Amino acid sequence: MSRLAGLFAELAQKNRKALIPFVTAGDPNPEFTVPLMHAMVGAGVDIIELGVPFSDPMADGPVIQRASERALAHHQSLRTTLAIATEFRKTNSHTPIVIMGYLNPVEVMGYEKFADAVQAAGVDGVLTVDLPPEEAEECTALLKARGVDPIFLLAPNSSAERVQKMDAIGAGYLYYVSLKGVTGAGHLNAAEVETKLAEIRTNTKLPIAVGFGVKDAETAKIIGNLGDGVVVGSALIKEIEANLHNPAQAKQAIIELLTAMRQAMDN
Amino acid sequence: MTEKYNMPDNRGHFGTYGGIFVAETLMPAIQELNAAYQHYMADAEFIAELDKDLQHYVGRPSPLYHAERWTKELGGAQIYLKREDLNHTGSHKINNTVGQALLAKRMGKTRIIAETGAGQHGVATATVAARLGLECVVYMGAIDVARQSLNVYRMKLLGAKVVAVESGSKTLKDALNEALRDWVTNIDDTFYIIGTVAGPHPYPAMVRDFQAILGREAKAQCLAQAGKLPNALVACVGGGSNAMGLFYPFIDDADVKMIGVEAAGDGIETGRHSAPLCAGRPGVLHGNRTYLMSDDDGEIIETHSISAGLDYPGVGPEHAWLKDSGRAQYVNITDDEALGGFYALTRMEGIIPALESSHAMAYVTKLAPTMKSDEIIIVNLSGRGDKDMQTMAKREGIEL
Repeated sequence: MSRLAGLFAELAQKNRKALIPFVTAGDPNPEFTVPLMHAMVGAGVDIIELGVPFSDPMADGPVIQRASERALAHHQSLRTTLAIATEFRKTNSHTPIVIMGYLNPVEVMGYEKFADAVQAAGVDGVLTVDLPPEEAEECTALLKARGVDPIFLLAPNSSAERVQKMDAIGAGYLYYVSLKGVTGAGHLNAAEVETKLAEIRTNTKLPIAVGFGVKDAETAKIIGNLGDGVVVGSALIKEIEANLHNPAQAKQAIIELLTAMRQAMDN
Repeated sequence: MTEKYNMPDNRGHFGTYGGIFVAETLMPAIQELNAAYQHYMADAEFIAELDKDLQHYVGRPSPLYHAERWTKELGGAQIYLKREDLNHTGSHKINNTVGQALLAKRMGKTRIIAETGAGQHGVATATVAARLGLECVVYMGAIDVARQSLNVYRMKLLGAKVVAVESGSKTLKDALNEALRDWVTNIDDTFYIIGTVAGPHPYPAMVRDFQAILGREAKAQCLAQAGKLPNALVACVGGGSNAMGLFYPFIDDADVKMIGVEAAGDGIETGRHSAPLCAGRPGVLHGNRTYLMSDDDGEIIETHSISAGLDYPGVGPEHAWLKDSGRAQYVNITDDEALGGFYALTRMEGIIPALESSHAMAYVTKLAPTMKSDEIIIVNLSGRGDKDMQTMAKREGIEL
């Protein structure tokens, strides 16, 4: 059983939902990320999604785009993201890490070398935004053979047939994007999410993490009541952006926000 | 080639290239588009309407012009120009926008979006949107907005909203990123008209099919005027739509050489260029696998070309396939060489070409003298140079 599967089984027993922060690796600087990851674990998060900086983040809104640009200015990359995971693993062997990024850096590294590197870095899951299941067979087989879970996105307009496809090829959890649009956009419609999740669950037994539109303790609680996990990204990165000249302040603000979300989700 | 060419497969693959590499949020829209495209391309009524528009609105067929003075000057192969510069709006781009806009209308979409580099595709899109009464938003890199201000004004006159994209390198690739973001956000009522043979399937095949009219015409016109097929086809390649339109009807004619001309910018050796087929590597961007300009980490490299329309780090996947299979050959032309082509055609034939097309003209000046006088080159004059007057005047130190 992978670390992710084990975690969701354990959470289900405790009737607790996963809190999943997303941060871009190396934003605002390369030294910021590892200490932040440890601090987030201290604030009660269950899984950490690490964004791999990419020059052309087509599915992301302006907040995460700018995070990518800041990291790229420090020459951050897929390789340095994996180095961050390796560093984190030296003192934390239990918190699952998922890397989330775009396909081109993986293509350039080569699928097999990528799968080896991901495993060696102690990464538990890989979400490649622009790699749909139809094109993913080769890459997912290599990952699965190394005990790494390929994670797929589901959208509000994904058909039942597509959910079945993700269920067959995905592992760990499925990531339900609760809004049409890019990351960091718009407002959440809880009733719509509830209906859609019920529909999705008829076609998969995989845990479902819900993201896009989670911005504070209140929205985290609402989503926590519906999904198995709550992903929060842009709201955290906004704190980095608001404190570019004082990263320590950014870190504190992120920890406060996550602590409030944790409490709201557990009550 | 003994078997008839039938690329791509039903999932959009040209060998290992092409495909559909998009976020799940876009997948349903791509499937909807593909179904509509397959349906209407086999629909006689749709094709009849398209043909009628191409004839009466675009002004097709465009002439195949024997450039006799230039031929004599270069002293080799007979040079024929496919005059896409004479189309309504001044380039080949409208062949595709007319087709996609008709498709949008049939699909009940009320809003059109597009990306543009030089602005030719943006103008061609704004034009058809105006004619069909559809809302139109065009994304354009902020740098391109500055260097192609005439086309920006044309788009605005036509009622389009032009959004200057400030992210990334502020050129065509970033405009494409932004258009994709718009599409995923407004997926229900919006049709995305991609201007080149790139993007996720079905775009590369669909844009090629809409552009292939120019190649079919050129083939028939060459047979009628010269009594035989050409020996070589030459076209500039950015994303590669004008080249694909010219090449496609000739792919099974093995004796016809196909040569795509990429932009070498300051020179391939300087790294400041836009020539992924000549100097890039395979990867995935904007929905398809193809040759790209990316670094060892897989980050996309900024490109350079004097012509905004060729300033793109990728290329259509079918060109990637034609390169690897050896069916087509890809060469490159620097900014300075392109200017030579620009002046040559202007002074020898009284035709001012677009800077994009000037790359193809520059290659013809190298190729023609190496061929015999009973051989034929068809070169695609994909657009006219009016839009480049400011750029050219500035280079010559003239204030307009």
